[in-house]
Amino acid sequence: MQQQVPFWRAAALSLLILAVFLGGWEAAIRAATTASGPPVDPEYAALMGQAAAQGGQTAMPAPSDIAKRLFELLRDPFYVRGPNDQGIGVQIAYSLLRVGAGFLLAAAIAIPLGFLIGMSPLLNAALNPFIQVLRPVSPLAWMPLALYSIKDSSISAVFVIFICSIWPMLLNTAFGVASVRREWMNVGRTLEAGPWRTATHIILPAAAPTIVTGMRISIGIAWLVIVAAEMLVGGTGIGYWVWNQWNNLSIADIVIAILMIGLVGLALDRLLGLLARAVAWAE
Amino acid sequence: MPPSSMIERPDVQVEGIARRFGGTAVFEDVWFNVGKGEFVCLVGHSGCGKTTILNILAGLDAPDDGSIIVSGKEITGPSLDRAVIFQSHALMPWMTAAQNVGFALSCRNPHWNRRMCEDAAREALGRVGLSHAADRKPAQLSGGMKQRVGIARALAIQPRILLMDEPFSALDALTRGALQEEVSRLVTDSGQTGFMITHDVDEAILLADRILLMSNGPGARIAEVVVNTLPRPRTRASLHHMPGYHALRDHVLDFLITRSREFVATNPPAGWSARAVPESRPVA
Ligand SMILES: Nc1ncnc2c1ncn2[C@@H]1O[C@H](COP(=O)(O)OP(=O)(O)OP(=O)(O)O)[C@@H](O)[C@H]1O
Ligand SMILES: [Mg+2]
Repeated sequence: MQQQVPFWRAAALSLLILAVFLGGWEAAIRAATTASGPPVDPEYAALMGQAAAQGGQTAMPAPSDIAKRLFELLRDPFYVRGPNDQGIGVQIAYSLLRVGAGFLLAAAIAIPLGFLIGMSPLLNAALNPFIQVLRPVSPLAWMPLALYSIKDSSISAVFVIFICSIWPMLLNTAFGVASVRREWMNVGRTLEAGPWRTATHIILPAAAPTIVTGMRISIGIAWLVIVAAEMLVGGTGIGYWVWNQWNNLSIADIVIAILMIGLVGLALDRLLGLLARAVAWAE
Repeated sequence: MPPSSMIERPDVQVEGIARRFGGTAVFEDVWFNVGKGEFVCLVGHSGCGKTTILNILAGLDAPDDGSIIVSGKEITGPSLDRAVIFQSHALMPWMTAAQNVGFALSCRNPHWNRRMCEDAAREALGRVGLSHAADRKPAQLSGGMKQRVGIARALAIQPRILLMDEPFSALDALTRGALQEEVSRLVTDSGQTGFMITHDVDEAILLADRILLMSNGPGARIAEVVVNTLPRPRTRASLHHMPGYHALRDHVLDFLITRSREFVATNPPAGWSARAVPESRPVA
């Protein structure tokens, strides 16, 4: 049983941990650069190519370097200077757009279909084998097939998001709908509520918490997958940007991207958390 | 008070219904009538099939044999004319008390706007003394209050027939007494036909014009019909001082303790027939 701790105590400890971590990191980098310069491992040099050859400097930035870089990036996050040089805000916006499109498309199909599956034991039994086989497939395994049949890398990424976010929503909707209490359904029947009224006033609100939980899982998975998908298809998006910075050996940018991905993921989850709270009910 | 032998056609005619689960009949060959404006209680041991009968009357379940005729027409499913007060109150937890009642009202009156449903719902809640709790969700109501919302919901749609499955069994004695009198008053005032399942003999005597006694299952039947000769109005407080009360109560209790067990449909007591179960009028 967890006890409630005062907010400020938890926050103070969080800040302390962060300070110790960043301080240690900063000190370690300082120590490494003031010492004669790091020995260049031949394999590492081969991997790094020109970057390692150019200077003996370590590519690992200190937190202060990252902070400087972050400031630069955030001063103008939405600039566009040609297709290969766009601000980090633009890249995140591309990723969000793909996640949003794939996720909404998946919701538009998964929720009605889940409704039908939850209402009809026959449909449930008939579709179950397909769902069981397709669900565990890594969404990235669909990528070649998507690229081949859609022939557009950006839409392929949306498709991959669609396919990975459909399963939790489909299964949760079907489960939520199937487990609506019989007594509530009976109330609807004795009131002669039609199918539409029953769906909107009884089944949907009863199943909403389960459905939103599915949506929350889906958006989490979608945000995980978009980075990998964009690394594969390239062009735009935060995943592509990370990969690009890796090729430029801008470790500071990569660290910043990790931070941004984390923060955006958190924001998406909170958004769905608000929705979950709005539809929650207690017995 | 409508007598058991109605000149009018009975409101509800139960004609030889049976219900089987996995080959064994819960009950068979069940016949009885409920007159217009009459209040009938069904008493029997746990598992004899009372809820199943009520569900069939409500149209939520269908009999394997026989049929139910309401106002001269065989029923095929649930209807707004037959409201159910569920044992487990069955309120929607995502709606407030007023919204629960309002939902029923909007089903009954599809052309009403939200405002009209809302106002009528509050009025219905007022009749069961819950005006102050209209905006609370069921989770914030006590068991007795939830049950009252369920009663308000059933009464609000002004059904011709009210079906009640042990509506008060989960309540403490005081709340139960108050609600019994409320329901009795509301049902008799509006001339509704009432059918109630109960385990409480006093409750049956308080509310019912006739009490149907069901034998033990499987293969249960209506074994006896007891006519309540105690005059109305009856109140919880005065009931046990009424002449004839003890005879009536002992008769029903004796049935529950011994006769329900001894009843064998293949070898029934003299004079018993499934289609015309003999009526008894116990007097002191
Ligand atoms: N859907 C079902 N499937 C199988 N058996 C059922 C089903 N519904 C009811 N039964 C059986 O039918 C019998 C009667 O059930 P019912 O709920 O009508 O009893 P009851 O008289 O209302 O009992 P109680 O007083 O405990 O509420 C029980 O033996 C029960 O197990
Ligand atoms: Mg029952």
